[in-house]
Amino acid sequence: MATPARAAGRAPVRFRRLALMDFRSYARAEVALDGRPVALFGPNGAGKTNLLEALSLLGPGRGLRSARLDELPRVGGAGGWAVSARLDVAGEERRLGVGAAASAPDRRICRIDETAAAGPAALAEHVRFLWLTPAQDRLFTDSPGERRRFLDRMALARNPAQARAAADYELAMRQRQRLLDERSRDEAWLAALETRMAEAGVALAAARRETASALAAAEIAAGDEDAGFPAADIALEGELEAALDAAPAAEVEEAFAERLRRNRAADAAAGRALIGPHRSDLLVTHRQKGTPARACSTGEQKALLIGLVLANARALALSARFRAGASAPLVLLLDEIAAHLDKDRRAALFDILDGLDFQVFMTGTDKSLFAAWGARAQGFAVEDGGLTETTLT
Amino acid sequence: MPTGKGQIGPELQRLIDLLAKLPGLGPRSAKRAALYLLKKREPVMRPLAYALAEAADKVAACSTCGNWDSIDPCAICADAERDGSVICVVQDVGDLWALERAGAHRGLYHVLGGLLSPLDGVGPDDLNIGRLVERARAESVKEVVLALPATVDGQSTAHYLSEHLAGCAVALTRLSQGVPVGGELDYLDEGTLAAAMKTRRPA
Ligand SMILES: Nc1ncnc2c1ncn2[C@@H]1O[C@H](COP(=O)(O)OP(=O)(O)OP(=O)(O)O)[C@@H](O)[C@H]1O
Ligand SMILES: [Mg+2]
Ligand SMILES: [Zn+2]
Repeated sequence: MATPARAAGRAPVRFRRLALMDFRSYARAEVALDGRPVALFGPNGAGKTNLLEALSLLGPGRGLRSARLDELPRVGGAGGWAVSARLDVAGEERRLGVGAAASAPDRRICRIDETAAAGPAALAEHVRFLWLTPAQDRLFTDSPGERRRFLDRMALARNPAQARAAADYELAMRQRQRLLDERSRDEAWLAALETRMAEAGVALAAARRETASALAAAEIAAGDEDAGFPAADIALEGELEAALDAAPAAEVEEAFAERLRRNRAADAAAGRALIGPHRSDLLVTHRQKGTPARACSTGEQKALLIGLVLANARALALSARFRAGASAPLVLLLDEIAAHLDKDRRAALFDILDGLDFQVFMTGTDKSLFAAWGARAQGFAVEDGGLTETTLT
Repeated sequence: MPTGKGQIGPELQRLIDLLAKLPGLGPRSAKRAALYLLKKREPVMRPLAYALAEAADKVAACSTCGNWDSIDPCAICADAERDGSVICVVQDVGDLWALERAGAHRGLYHVLGGLLSPLDGVGPDDLNIGRLVERARAESVKEVVLALPATVDGQSTAHYLSEHLAGCAVALTRLSQGVPVGGELDYLDEGTLAAAMKTRRPA
């Protein structure tokens, strides 16, 4: 039966072919994909995460490892690297490519349909990635910064313009701090930067609120609870986020700029801005148990996390922009997805993923982890710097 | 194995090192350019050397607007046909050229020579701001258009300028929203630029 997302008639995206050249552990690799979910399995160090990272670089940003460009070319290669893909977007072929030339390794090249793209942001018009990696397993016990980035990435998937607000806020904040560090008393200059901080900061906080409430709505609608993915209560802890409850954005902006102005001396002494959306936190609670996520078991935390990512994927599928075809289709990258999950939860997860209608890429160390997919997914053994197609049953 | 440098004479190496300093050229492309110049000694290399020397001697920033020219005031400032009541503020001469190419602006210009950026050590004193305020005070000037990039640095520079121009009796405007300007002006097609200029609004 068609799910509501399918019935909406928006363009699904399917990777058809992926080619890597001198990327990380791969000298040269090429895979033909048939549009089913993809399961990659192989021993530690085989190159599974590298492949997901390659895919993630076909979107804006620094990919799922937040790597620097100089880490990407294969050690022992010529110094350049390339990742290219052929996608099927609603029956039309799209070619995306990223890489860097050996002669200019610090310049990321982006190509769309074999012509140079203005920048990585242009890629976001064609495909967007959401990912979950083992590095996020500690999300609930880590510092607030990790949770903030997690939330901001989810917000980014909803609205690519979000990247601009986050980057603008960060830059304006650093520029202002430099002025404060230099003991500058140039009122007009500081005010100019504080105005930028307030504009971008409030946009950032507003996007987070929107994402959090979409998550909550999607989760209530989904009812994954019976499938072993506990429902979570989500709350944002942050001054601007809270202020937006009570006042329109323009007022919150003005008030924040004013507080920054009054905080100059304190911020100068502290060496950083003491207030602002760069200090917010995402609070997650296991709804049924009423316990904060950080106090849950390892497996429960993983399940909560997967639940959040699924809720976000669902929320995206339901969003008006998405259904109208105004935002690019989504691809899910799930690294080590089966770790910490028992057999029943794995099977339940695969069923949910199968129903999502986004192309999904998963990795795990053993083929047996993916057995429950049966013929519904395309399997690849990753070893010796290459991929070999294998059935999952 | 032979190392790169020992094989190349000092004169040639110096040329390559200098070429490598040009924007867009790295060590490899600088070598290629040097080889090309040597091959085209008469048709390209000597005329280039002459043009470089001439430009180094004669081209200077216009003392009024900051535009590069061999006369001062520059050809634009000296052009009596232009509308002296509107001054368009741009980041670089490249932006001025883009606006001129598009025929988007019939008034005068003011080239800042960069954008405010504490992290890069660029402050108000490094930019051509004092002269702008002076010019804006002249009675003949009715409008100052801030054609600066929609980036954090571009917008905080615009904000800073509006504070300092607040005392002058001029209308402050900026290009219509959503149009990337400044360093990016150069990449915009001419129609877009002209439209952005036509639909400018109060800053
Ligand atoms: N730039 C590079 N050049 C060459 N090899 C690299 C480069 N970057 C990473 N590698 C290597 O790639 C190998 C595979 O890494 P990857 O993280 O993809 O493995 P994996 O299959 O995900 O393993 P695991 O199951 O342990 O997560 C590692 O051994 C790593 O050392
Ligand atoms: Mg891995
Ligand atoms: Zn001039």
